[in-house]
Amino acid sequence: MRIHDVAVIGAGVVGCAVARELAAYELDVALVEARDDVGDATSKANTAILHTGFDAAPGTLESRLVPRGYALLSRYAGETGIAVEPTGAVLVAWDDDQLAALPGLRDKAVANGYHAAELVGPDFVYGTVPALGPGALGGMTVPGESIIDPWSTTLAFAYDALARGVGLRLGTRVEAVESGPEFTVLRTSRGDIAARWVVNAAGLGADVIDGHFGHRRFTVTARRGELIVFDTAARPLAPKIVLPVPTSRGKGVLISPTVFGNVMLGPTSEDLPDRTDTSTSEAGIASLLEKGRRIMPSLLEEEITTSYAGLRAATEHGDYVVDVDAGKRYACLGGIRSTGLTASMSIAEHLRDLLDTAGLPLKPRAGLPPPVRVPVLGEASARPYQNDELIRRDAEYGRIVCFCEKVTRGEVRDAFAAPIPPRDLNGLRRRTRATLGRCQGFFCGAEVGRLFDEATGTGD
Amino acid sequence: METMTPAVAVVGAGPAGLTAAAELARLVDGEVLVLERERVPGGIPRHSDHTGYGLRDLRRVMTGPGYARLLHRRAERAGARILTEATVTRVSDGRELEVTTPSGLVRVEPHALVLATGARERPRPARLITGDRGAGIYTTGHLQNLVHLHHGRPGKRAVIVGAELVSWSAVLTLREAGCRTVLMTTSQPVPESYAAFHLPGRALLRVPVATGTRLVSVEGDAGRVSAVVVEQVGTGRRRRVECDTVVLTGDWIPDHELARGTGLDLDPRSRGPVVDTALRTSRPGVFAAGNLIHPVDTADIAALDGRHVAAAVQRWLGDERMGEVAFDIEVDAPLRWVAPSVVRRGDPPPARGRLLLWTDTLVRSPVVRVHQAGRPLARRRLPWPASPGRVFRVPWSLLARARPDAGPVRLSLAR
Repeated sequence: MRIHDVAVIGAGVVGCAVARELAAYELDVALVEARDDVGDATSKANTAILHTGFDAAPGTLESRLVPRGYALLSRYAGETGIAVEPTGAVLVAWDDDQLAALPGLRDKAVANGYHAAELVGPDFVYGTVPALGPGALGGMTVPGESIIDPWSTTLAFAYDALARGVGLRLGTRVEAVESGPEFTVLRTSRGDIAARWVVNAAGLGADVIDGHFGHRRFTVTARRGELIVFDTAARPLAPKIVLPVPTSRGKGVLISPTVFGNVMLGPTSEDLPDRTDTSTSEAGIASLLEKGRRIMPSLLEEEITTSYAGLRAATEHGDYVVDVDAGKRYACLGGIRSTGLTASMSIAEHLRDLLDTAGLPLKPRAGLPPPVRVPVLGEASARPYQNDELIRRDAEYGRIVCFCEKVTRGEVRDAFAAPIPPRDLNGLRRRTRATLGRCQGFFCGAEVGRLFDEATGTGD
Repeated sequence: METMTPAVAVVGAGPAGLTAAAELARLVDGEVLVLERERVPGGIPRHSDHTGYGLRDLRRVMTGPGYARLLHRRAERAGARILTEATVTRVSDGRELEVTTPSGLVRVEPHALVLATGARERPRPARLITGDRGAGIYTTGHLQNLVHLHHGRPGKRAVIVGAELVSWSAVLTLREAGCRTVLMTTSQPVPESYAAFHLPGRALLRVPVATGTRLVSVEGDAGRVSAVVVEQVGTGRRRRVECDTVVLTGDWIPDHELARGTGLDLDPRSRGPVVDTALRTSRPGVFAAGNLIHPVDTADIAALDGRHVAAAVQRWLGDERMGEVAFDIEVDAPLRWVAPSVVRRGDPPPARGRLLLWTDTLVRSPVVRVHQAGRPLARRRLPWPASPGRVFRVPWSLLARARPDAGPVRLSLAR
């Protein structure tokens, strides 16, 4: 049996970042994922914000890793072409409690090493986001908060990891673990995988995997966050991320632009017993609409493009659980919540150092391939349909197949030729934006389906 | 980048755009260029494989695909140039177009611009239907595209949301694809579609119609729809209906993104561009026709808009002096919108001498009342119902006594 140096369980944004990081060394790394695509569970449905970490609890691991991850991912996005827009954010206070909480939040930001936050009056708030509803009493600016394409981030990590020699095993669910003196055997739905070291980045399943290694450190609760996505016509209403002010009476919802040109409203927050339940609920959507109507009434006049529910892997701890059990050659990454997208690269870096200390031999790999380039999906860059030179070289980039999102046949073709081709239509959507727009397939659904069937050899 | 300077650019090769182009090619000097983003011209009728097309514009009855081919042929024979796979991605603040084509980007600088981009049905998220995501949820457009153009197959048991004309069109498409419609739901107390079609439809196709209901949520299993929850609106009573296919019909919204992006005045109720009786928009030299301005009427009415707008475009190219606005037309609930909604001095009556309106509730024997600044102008009982889910047509003659500069004219319904 082949014995890998490291097996990483879970190919979400954190697992992919870890696999990519470890593969920068002379290690044989396997990346094991239960689902049929990378980033197909918690990573695919978050609020897509690149956080400064201004509001983390000072002193926590999260408060250290988020700012570091912000810097690392900002640079990496530049190298790979992941869409990022430095929009900045403004927290808006709607009542006296919230207004009174702002100075404390600014102090917290300073304690976290973030010094750019400023308290501002209502005139400034309305000057920044004129579409806000009446009643804003003041706010705080967080100029560093940015928006990012979460799907391309996970894919870029995974593509880089593959280019560095990582073996990706999709559709492979770890069902049991057998620890031995030299190596650990993962009993999976597709046979055994042996590795000297195991990293648990299993997200919603992290507590179960942790249990397989004899630990009982935390319980993962699936915390559902429902989101409503508005049409791109709404984008001018939200030039910045509009954040709620958290108080003891709870946390409100945010309104955020997306790099694809939409506006997002959400999330709700509700603990669910079922870790696979990503349905939207009447109560959730109704509460979002009610809150949204107060924050930005004109947004509610715009068309809703889509709504969805994401699951966050919450635990009873207030912080990330990052720990290496050197005796069992086992590392756990638990309780990585929505900030995990921002912190993914610093979590990987931090884990690498812990593993180094614990005895994993790290010898830098010579001749690392350069970072991949991901397809241009963000609205802030010239996309293929706008690129005359590209179209003249390859007419397929001039054939728009998804009219709402302006996705060309060339881009759909490229998605299937990529190192990790999509295995279902959702995978194609995350790679190209096809059918994600306002018509939701009225015009192009059948044609995109045909292209998918043709490329994958499925269908009739 | 290539630049084209046609006399007229028409965006959209559906019934309105193709008919406008065929007329204009005869009427004007210079090129008439039609820009169509699909590979095949014809618009929605291409995949609406049932009869009933061409009645009012061509005085014959044919299938959707046959109608689409005929309109295409007529426009080409008349001398219009039709560019397919040509997607207009932006309209400048004048009337210049940025177009993506397989041979590169093209800039089109026409003397006159006709927007005929049509309408689409609202998809599931916009209708706030919650629950699981999963395969098997379509709009009629998506379904008919799948079945008629791609020969794909939906499931075996369908629930249809809506009971208007397009909903029955979906029933026929499903039947052809071997999928049984187990229920049609409509929030209306009575089905919306034409009685002539509805009664035999109900009898022949044996589709139960649940009136006064709404579809609340979708349940999924292994990535596919497995059931829906339907609520009786008055009582709140809910029931679960097993199905593997859901078709969302009607609830139209104009495909107005170009019109909106370039800053034309939009009607907040229909969301289409505001037009006058000559189908001019708020910007000189920019016109709009078809279901973009009245979402939606039948294809032949859209086509006749095309004929109507062609005459107006010809006058514009001949340096017409456009009249001042005489009055606006407004509507009271349950009427939702009216098109056209602006009347200028010296202008012709609207296409076919009819105003097109939309109602949110059924009025079987409607009396239309016309007021201007509180002054009653006309009151007439019409022999056809005002029925949700289809356009309600009001004769132009009811506005004969309206005076220029005497305030907006209001249309309302009395039972």
